[in-house]
Amino acid sequence: MEVIAKRPETLRNVPFTYCPGCMHGVAHRLIAEAIEDHGLINLMTGVAPVGCAVFAYKFFNFDMAEAAHGRAPAVATGMKRARPEMHVFTYQGDGDLAAIGTAEIVHAANRGEHLSVFFVNNAIYGMTGGQMAPTTLPDMKTTTSPYGRDVNDIGHPVRMCEMLATLVAPYYIERVSLLSPAEVLKAKKAVDKAIRYNKEERGFTFIEFVSTCPTNWGIDPDKSRQWAKENMLPFFKPGVFRDKGEGVE
Amino acid sequence: MSKILMKGNEAVAEAAIRAGCRLYFAYPITPQSELIEYMAKMMPKVNGTFLQAESEVSAINMVYGAAGCGKRVMTSSSSPGISLKQEGISYIAGAQLPAVIINVQRGGPGLGDIQPAQGDYFQAVKGGGHGDYRMIVLAPSSVQEFADMASEAFDLADKYRNPVTILADGMLGQMMEPVEFKETLSDEEIEALGEQHKSWCIHPNEDGDKKHHHEINSLEIDPAMLEKHVENLYAKYAEIEKNEVRYDTYNLSDDNEILCVAWGTASRVIKSAINELKAQGKSVGMIRPITCWPYPYEAVAAAIGPKVKQVYVFELNTGQMLDDVKIAVCGKAPVKFWGKVGGIVFTPAEIQQKLEECFK
Amino acid sequence: MTTEMICAGFGGQGVLTIGKFIAQSGMKEGRNVSWLPSYGPEMRGGTANVSAVVSDEPIASPIVSYPDILVALNQPSLDKFGPQVRKNGVVIVNTSACPHGCKREDVQIVAAPMSDIALEIGSIRVLNMLAIGIVIGKTGLIKYDTLEEDLKSFLAAKDPDLLELNLTAIKRGMEIGQQG
Repeated sequence: MEVIAKRPETLRNVPFTYCPGCMHGVAHRLIAEAIEDHGLINLMTGVAPVGCAVFAYKFFNFDMAEAAHGRAPAVATGMKRARPEMHVFTYQGDGDLAAIGTAEIVHAANRGEHLSVFFVNNAIYGMTGGQMAPTTLPDMKTTTSPYGRDVNDIGHPVRMCEMLATLVAPYYIERVSLLSPAEVLKAKKAVDKAIRYNKEERGFTFIEFVSTCPTNWGIDPDKSRQWAKENMLPFFKPGVFRDKGEGVE
Repeated sequence: MSKILMKGNEAVAEAAIRAGCRLYFAYPITPQSELIEYMAKMMPKVNGTFLQAESEVSAINMVYGAAGCGKRVMTSSSSPGISLKQEGISYIAGAQLPAVIINVQRGGPGLGDIQPAQGDYFQAVKGGGHGDYRMIVLAPSSVQEFADMASEAFDLADKYRNPVTILADGMLGQMMEPVEFKETLSDEEIEALGEQHKSWCIHPNEDGDKKHHHEINSLEIDPAMLEKHVENLYAKYAEIEKNEVRYDTYNLSDDNEILCVAWGTASRVIKSAINELKAQGKSVGMIRPITCWPYPYEAVAAAIGPKVKQVYVFELNTGQMLDDVKIAVCGKAPVKFWGKVGGIVFTPAEIQQKLEECFK
Repeated sequence: MTTEMICAGFGGQGVLTIGKFIAQSGMKEGRNVSWLPSYGPEMRGGTANVSAVVSDEPIASPIVSYPDILVALNQPSLDKFGPQVRKNGVVIVNTSACPHGCKREDVQIVAAPMSDIALEIGSIRVLNMLAIGIVIGKTGLIKYDTLEEDLKSFLAAKDPDLLELNLTAIKRGMEIGQQG
C-alpha cells in the first residue's frame, strides 16, 4: 500500500487534546514537518507555554520543557545558552506572550537570541475559559469584557510583530494566518523559513499565526475563520515585517 | 594555594566558577553587585555564559532552562530580587532541577534598605514559592565558608536534583577575609558531571541512539499523578533530612549556663560575646545551624547541657529561626529571643550585655 | 592577640584602603584578618568607615565595638568613634580636619595635621598611606616590609610614580607614630 500521508517522526503518537475546529494542531503539524524536513529531530528542543498548548511538551518527539506562564523565552534562552549545539523554539499564545510574558519576549528578541518563537494569536484566553486577551479586538465580548473591550479603559490590542520590528536584532518576523488552506500553505513556508534560519543560526525568528477559538468565541469553526478574516486580519495584517535573509529591514 | 583577601561576593563567585558553574543569569541589586560584576568579568575567560537578564523573573527562568539541560547553573540576588524569583524556584523544585541560588540578604520588608539582615529565613526555609516543596538552605558565617559552600551547593543540587540556596547577607557579601580556594574542576571534569543527568535532561540524540523524549515539567494535571509526584518529593526530602543536616558548635560544654542559637553573620557576633564572658568565668555555649533546612533539630536539643537555664536565640530579624529552635527544644528549657532589624547588626557589646543579664 | 581597628573619615579620603592594606599585610604575615566596610548609596563625599581586625586567633566578630586603634580623618568620625576606643588604646587624629580634637585622657593620642603633611609630600591622595605609616610607627601592627612589598605589586603596573610618593608618606607617618 502506498503511503500518501503520515505523521511526521517529529510528532509522538499521542492524540492532540485540542477542541474540535482548533488550529493548534495545524500549527503543531507545520512546525513538526519543518523540523523533520530540515533533519533536526536529534538536535531540536522546545518550550511549551501556559495556555491551551500547555501539553505541547507531550506532542513533540524530542526533549521539551514546560515553562511558567509567559516565561518561555527566558527558559529557552537558558536552554540555548546551556546547549548551543541544539536548536530551540518556543510555542506561545497571546496571553502568555503579549501580556504576562511581554518583558521576556521583548528582551529575548532584543538580544537576538537564536530561537524560533511561534505565537498563536486568537484574541482570547482559551484554557482559562474565554477571558480578554491583550490581542482581543475593540468591542469584542469576552468573559472579562462582557460589555465589549472598551479601548478607552483597557487600551487597544497589542500588535506584537509591529512592536518587535522596532528592535534592531530580530532576524525574521512574519505574520501569517491559518484561516484557509491557501493561508496554511503560506504559513508552512514561513515556518519552514524560521526553522531553516534557526538551523543556520541566523538569529531570532518570530512567526505569528492569526488563528481562531471556536469554543470560546461561541462560533462554529467555519464561521470562526470567516469572522477572523473579516475582523482580525484588518487589524493584524499578514506580512513580512523583517527578513534580513531577504533584505527586508 | 595561598590565601587571597576577598569580598564574600567575589569569593563565592570565584568558587562557583571553580566548582564548574559555566552558566550564570542575574539582575543587578545591592548589596550583591560585586557578585554579578565578578561573573561578568570572569565568565568570558572560561568560555562560560554570563547574561544580565531583563528581570529577576527572567533570570530564574533562564536558570530553569539551563538546569533542564543538566548543566551547573547559578543565579544570585538580594532579598527583594529573591522574592521575584520565588515563582521560578517553585517550578525548579517541582521539575526537580539542580540549581544554585545565592541570597545576599538586606533589610526589609519591601524595598527596606541595603544593610545586612536575616529577614528571609522564613522565605528560604519554609518555602517562599507556592506548593509543597523544600529547598536546601546553607547559611555561611565567614567569607571562607561562603566560598566553600559554592561547590557544596552544586554537589547537593546535583545529588538530589533540588534547588539549593546559600543564605548570606550584606555583611558577608561586602566583608573581606582571607580565602583559600579548594580544587578547581577541569573542563573534562565538568563535562563528566553532566553525565549523571543524561537520563532525564534535555540533550541531543547522538546518532544511532534510541531517541529519547525527556520532559522538563512541573505539571501533573491528573490529581493521582500529582499526589504520587509530591509523595516522591517528600521521600526525597526525608532522605535529605536524614543525610545532610550540618551544624557547628562553639564553646559547648556541660558547664554552659546559657545555650545560644544563632546562624550566619549573627553567630560571629555571639562568639565575641561568649569570649568576653569566658574571661569573666561565665560559661556560654553556642550551636549554629549551617543547614537551615534540613534543620538540626536533634543537635540543638542535644546541645542543651545539664546546667543550661536559658536557651537564647539571636537573629537579625524579629524571630524567625526562633520557631525552629522552639520545636527543637520542645519545652525542655526556656527559650528567649533578641534581635536587631532594619539592617543594623548587633554588636558584641550588646550581646554581652544581654547574656550578662541572664547571669544576674 | 587580637587588634581591632576602626578607620573613619569622609568618603574619598581613602579610609577603606587603609583597612584593606592593613588586613592584606596582616594576612601575608600569617595572621587572621577581617575587613568590614560601611557601605551605602553615597559613593563619594559621605562619611565612610571600615573595621579591620588582625588576630592570632580565628576572628569571632568582624564588627568592632571597642577599637584598640582609631584612625579619625575628620571631626565627625572622631566624635562618633572616639568615645568607644578601649582604655589605653590609640587614637590617631588628623588635626587638619578635626578642629575640636579628642578630649579623652585615658587613651594615647597621636595628633598631626595629616592633610597638610600629605599635600606637602605631594598629593592629598597619600593621606591614607600617611595614616598607615602612623599606625605602624605607633603600634607595629604590621611590618613595613610586608606593606612595601604589597604596595609594590599593587602599584608597579598601575602607577610606578605614585609608589615613591606612597612610600615617602608611609615613612613620614612612621616617624610621626614613633614620636607620638
